[in-house]
Amino acid sequence: MYTQALNASESDERQVEDAVRNAAFQARIDDEERIEPNDWMPAGYRKTLTRQISQHAHSEIVGMLPEGNWITRAPSLRRKAALLAKVQDECGHGLYLYAAAETLGTSREELVDAMLAGKAKYSSIFNYPTLTWADIGTIGWLVDGAAIMNQIPLCRCSYGPYARAMIRVCKEESFHQRQGFEIMLTLCRGSQEQKAMAQDALERWWWPVLMMFGPPDKVSQHGDVSTKWKIKRFSNDELRQKFVDATVPQAKFLGLTIPDPALRQDADGHWRYSEIDWDEFKQVLAGNGPCNRDRMAARRKAHDEGAWVREAAAAFAEKRKPRHAAQAAE
Amino acid sequence: MATPTTPLWEVFIRSRNGLAHKHCGSLHACDATMALQAARDIFTRRGEGLSIWVVPSNAITASDPSEKGMMFEPAESKIYRHPTFYEIPEEVGHM
Amino acid sequence: MAAPSIKVSETPLVLYLLRRADDALILGHRLSEWCGHAPMLEEDMALANIGLDLLGQARELYTYAARVEGKGNDEDKLAYLRDVRQYRNLLLVEQPNGDFAHTMVRQFFYSVFADLYWRAMMKSSDATLAAIAARSEKESAYHVRHSSEWMLRLGDGTAQSHARAQTAIEDLWAFTGEMFALDQAERALVDAGIAIDPAAIRPQWLMTISNIIGQATLARAKGDWMQQGGRIGHHSEHLGHLLSELQSLPRTFPGARW
Repeated sequence: MYTQALNASESDERQVEDAVRNAAFQARIDDEERIEPNDWMPAGYRKTLTRQISQHAHSEIVGMLPEGNWITRAPSLRRKAALLAKVQDECGHGLYLYAAAETLGTSREELVDAMLAGKAKYSSIFNYPTLTWADIGTIGWLVDGAAIMNQIPLCRCSYGPYARAMIRVCKEESFHQRQGFEIMLTLCRGSQEQKAMAQDALERWWWPVLMMFGPPDKVSQHGDVSTKWKIKRFSNDELRQKFVDATVPQAKFLGLTIPDPALRQDADGHWRYSEIDWDEFKQVLAGNGPCNRDRMAARRKAHDEGAWVREAAAAFAEKRKPRHAAQAAE
Repeated sequence: MATPTTPLWEVFIRSRNGLAHKHCGSLHACDATMALQAARDIFTRRGEGLSIWVVPSNAITASDPSEKGMMFEPAESKIYRHPTFYEIPEEVGHM
Repeated sequence: MAAPSIKVSETPLVLYLLRRADDALILGHRLSEWCGHAPMLEEDMALANIGLDLLGQARELYTYAARVEGKGNDEDKLAYLRDVRQYRNLLLVEQPNGDFAHTMVRQFFYSVFADLYWRAMMKSSDATLAAIAARSEKESAYHVRHSSEWMLRLGDGTAQSHARAQTAIEDLWAFTGEMFALDQAERALVDAGIAIDPAAIRPQWLMTISNIIGQATLARAKGDWMQQGGRIGHHSEHLGHLLSELQSLPRTFPGARW
């Protein structure tokens, strides 16, 4: 999910690495041992993880924007508090993930600079707009639902700091999906207009959510190393199918219609969905989704306008450093 | 010019029922006061903690993972350090 | 058809509670506007925490006000279905966020007051208010610490942060007097030991403010003239826009449950 648009350059890595060390490393992975920050690791492992974890972090931070869009208009004080707390959690998740990525040797500042320069990606789903309150329910129900599907296996990923960050995230994530589903339930049990609002939101978000899981297995390039290194435990299609199977009954319960007329249950009980429009996915990844420009502009603005504040904090700390410590450092 | 970096701190929290501070993550802050406040805001929103320690990451010295054998295996064979190594007759009672 | 405003029976205690609830809601709402846009992620967390504390205080106060009023209103009816002229918050809290310096100075001025206020209110002869005060005081103590630390960093950071902080002090000073005003409506409550006379906490507030401002190498604003009117619904032009946004859904869908 956070490997969307990872280019294939790691397969071009021609590092001259000790074959013995690589074999020992792979043996540890195969033994389900956790790799920790100071352990030896192949350059490709370090690079892949740095990109995946940081893109996951960027996703959490950018993900604050579509939901943050409705905090000031949340229709009850209880919803207002829950939404503010949820968006705050996303920020916290971003922090845990940047911290995990940093253990691999790249600073948070460098990672953020890469995102703001458009060089690093974040999950495609956050390039869609939240047009109504029902979108907030839909995001909690479907987007967080999809994220949970992806995050639970990551709790067992081979890299210790990422796995531990995921355990923390999963503990907090459980309220997010429930909050979203409860919003949808309230709308579907409400007025005709509210029910129509819910149906409309589902229709706009369903296909982008399915795209969150990434390209179909037959197309996906970097599955091999990620699977070999136990970063990725399940394939894109496996997770996507799991998600659809869990979600179809939920939509039925709500009385909503999934916008896929050909959706059918097969002999094994799996819900077979129609072909996804991968052109739309490619466009959104390339920067041509409805909100890409707005999201980037918002993050750049926050970063640029906040520079003087960060500088002030640093300047103050510098002034207050104990003089004897400063002298000892010379 | 590279963006200047803000110092990294490691955070340790002792929970309500806990006896020892456990490492729970890291954060960026310019000084100890801000680090403590950030730790409180990031890591204790669900009543996780009663006590917080923040330590500059570069103040921590860690054992070298490649020396695991030398550092830790010798202890494994010294089972006489464990109570289960010793047999006490039942009549003596709990010891 | 939009949902019309409710009428509230503003007996002395109800009015008193609405004033404090509105302060907390409007300020909490202003802070929530920063979510996703703060200067660093750690501050997104902090501002959200303060916002949530204030929102929580507002909810408790509205709920109590509705109970005292006894006309079947609740926290949401009070928050979403009263118009600008019925809102009773301080002018200070409805001021726009501006830059981070304005937000922090506004927070600093208010929190130092709120902390002293809640501490004094722990002795209120109204048991519910005293209990709300006990919980709120712990929250406001942290808000004081957080905003004070930022006052120091902004004032004694860089030339730019110092200038911005000083401008914010000048811009917001005239709104600070209203926090300490006592009108006829509250006098009876003060006499009954339910409310405090806020003028009593002004000297301590001034001392704390001056102390931090001094340490921050900043200067207090000159001038004694103070803005007023929020307590009786004579607001600045900012509140109307804020409420349009805050109340938009319940107003657009009368009677809907969310």
